[in-house]
Amino acid sequence: MKRALCLMLLTVFVFLAGCGTAPVRKEPEIPAKRPVSEYVKPDVTYAIDAYDPWEPMNRRIYNFNAIFDNYVFLPVVSGYEFVLPGLVRTGVTNFFNNLTEVTNLMNSLLQFKFVKAVNTFGRICINTTVGIGGLIDVATLNDGIERENEDFGQTLGFYGLGPGPYLVLPILGPSNVRDTAGLVVDSVVYSMMVGELIDLTGLDSPEDAILNYSLTAVYAIDKRSNEPFRYFKTGSAFEYDLIRKLYLIKRQFQIDN
Amino acid sequence: MKRPVLVLICAVIMGFSGTQAAAYDYKVDDPYVATIVGTPDVLEWKVPEKIDYELLGLKVFPDRPTPDVFWYQREFLYTLSYQKQEAPLIFVIAGTGSSFYSSSMIFLQKAFWGAGFHVICLSSPTQMNFITTASATSVPGNIVEDSQDLYRVMTKAWEQVKGRIKVSEFYLTGYSLGASQAAFVAKLDEEKRVFNFKKVCMINPAVSLYTSAKILDGMLLQIDPNLTPEIFDRWFDERIAKFGEIYRMMKQPQLDHDFLYDAYRVLHKKGQTPRRENMAGMIGTVFRLASSTMIFTADVMANYGLIVPKNRVLGSADSLTDYFKVTNRISFVDYFNEFLYPYSQSRNPALTKEALIEGTSLRSIEPYLRNTPKIFLMDNEDDLILTPEDLSFLKNVFGVRAKIYSRGGHLGNMTFRDNIADLINVFKN
Repeated sequence: MKRALCLMLLTVFVFLAGCGTAPVRKEPEIPAKRPVSEYVKPDVTYAIDAYDPWEPMNRRIYNFNAIFDNYVFLPVVSGYEFVLPGLVRTGVTNFFNNLTEVTNLMNSLLQFKFVKAVNTFGRICINTTVGIGGLIDVATLNDGIERENEDFGQTLGFYGLGPGPYLVLPILGPSNVRDTAGLVVDSVVYSMMVGELIDLTGLDSPEDAILNYSLTAVYAIDKRSNEPFRYFKTGSAFEYDLIRKLYLIKRQFQIDN
Repeated sequence: MKRPVLVLICAVIMGFSGTQAAAYDYKVDDPYVATIVGTPDVLEWKVPEKIDYELLGLKVFPDRPTPDVFWYQREFLYTLSYQKQEAPLIFVIAGTGSSFYSSSMIFLQKAFWGAGFHVICLSSPTQMNFITTASATSVPGNIVEDSQDLYRVMTKAWEQVKGRIKVSEFYLTGYSLGASQAAFVAKLDEEKRVFNFKKVCMINPAVSLYTSAKILDGMLLQIDPNLTPEIFDRWFDERIAKFGEIYRMMKQPQLDHDFLYDAYRVLHKKGQTPRRENMAGMIGTVFRLASSTMIFTADVMANYGLIVPKNRVLGSADSLTDYFKVTNRISFVDYFNEFLYPYSQSRNPALTKEALIEGTSLRSIEPYLRNTPKIFLMDNEDDLILTPEDLSFLKNVFGVRAKIYSRGGHLGNMTFRDNIADLINVFKN
């Protein structure tokens, strides 16, 4: 598995290097009729602007993600959707949603959002028991308790940490330095919990490791399956800019409440 | 499903005529609200959830290199939704800047497929994928040339799929600019005879591309008659802040390009009516977003040097943010005056600006439209992209082949159950 990861990272870097070749210019440039210098003032902040000092790298990773999505991720997701009936897939989604509630709970508490914490705790109790280990989202039924969405990136934002530079993560997509740090913390908490749960099954090595990796893989596929976003389908030549802005706006909204 | 069938039967009994036999149930009487909010889900024509369709690609110009900055536009994309048995094939053309992925196109695709047609959905010639892969000049806006491009991809798409589906006859439809292009495509088909379209239906066409674009450009000025980039940015930030309220209600805020309108749909459900100037501003913003991509793409593809310096080669990782800021300041009319017209004139020195404007209007093919029995029209009394003269032109030319609804704004009622019933009825009877 580690070897596969190394291979993947290598592919990323080979691809990024490949994209870095400078374009060949044949004829001399002629200034544009509506030049940037006339319309864009360096001292003005425009609505589309974002702090993105690593833009060339980010754009390359964005492009890589689109290719990865097209040739690897989405075909796998299609196969998954083809093989498993919708009801089973909903069960899988619910199962992982229930597992990840633990970070929702942690981050609600860290931000003193006690109503959210109580709701989340209630959801975990109901869904784990009545919902058969989280397979059924009983809590949401009949206008019940909606799922909260609090991650460590939001917690950091709550304590006043700014977003930092925009960052496009390989495979995972739009993020920023703060949210990436948050993601690492949430992932560690989540995998520690999953590790404990796997220990409870009493499996030995290497079966426990296989279970762990399989869970991670299904989690990733389930997540992608529930995410309608598709690269380069907005029809805008400025998709990178628009997605960047929308991501940062969305995160600010999430931090603010 | 029962209700639409009933509506369909009623529509068949009443026949397709210029007068309205029964009360029209589409209730939104503000054309701005209608244009933005569209039709409430419960009043929409019921379409099948899942349909048989395929995403297909075409190399229209095999020798054309793809610039690095558009590396993801390798071929012309379209969708085919197919029936297992013999059926009519309908081509659907999207509106300005829209692709076959847009929600309106997917809705029409499902509606026609549900009604038993094969469906081929085509992006607008003003859309990025079309400009880069299927436009002969890469400079859209000349409706005669754009329709030739459309006819070319339709022919090639038909060659690609004809071994796999059984087709009884050919139909054609489109909405907004796609409707205007459908008329020109139909006229071209009278000479080329590849399809011999049996029927064509235009949904909310622009009579004059230039006039309609001017109206849509002007929407932004309703925010402030002396609109500056600073005023626009402030206005836009205010809208975003307002959407924050809405995000609180939405379960999962999506990174959706359509979200500017979606936010208003939520407001509408809450019973709020936003101020007229804000709605106009949002319609103008959405049009500007579409036209800015069109202008940038055409500029790069034709190496024209309007925004991007001539001969500059943009790479796949180059920042485009500054170009975005510039294109946002360029109206469609600016594009017409500074790019489309001089570009067209360089190839045809005798061409005057007035002739180009006239040539991109339905008025230029009035005798054909008046005499052909195959072209039908669906439109609204309060369509925002038409002047009163445009509307009377349409009524006058199409006569009994026109169905004019009292309300709906620009395309707001297109997915309304009565409208789709009428639309399908055009082709089925």
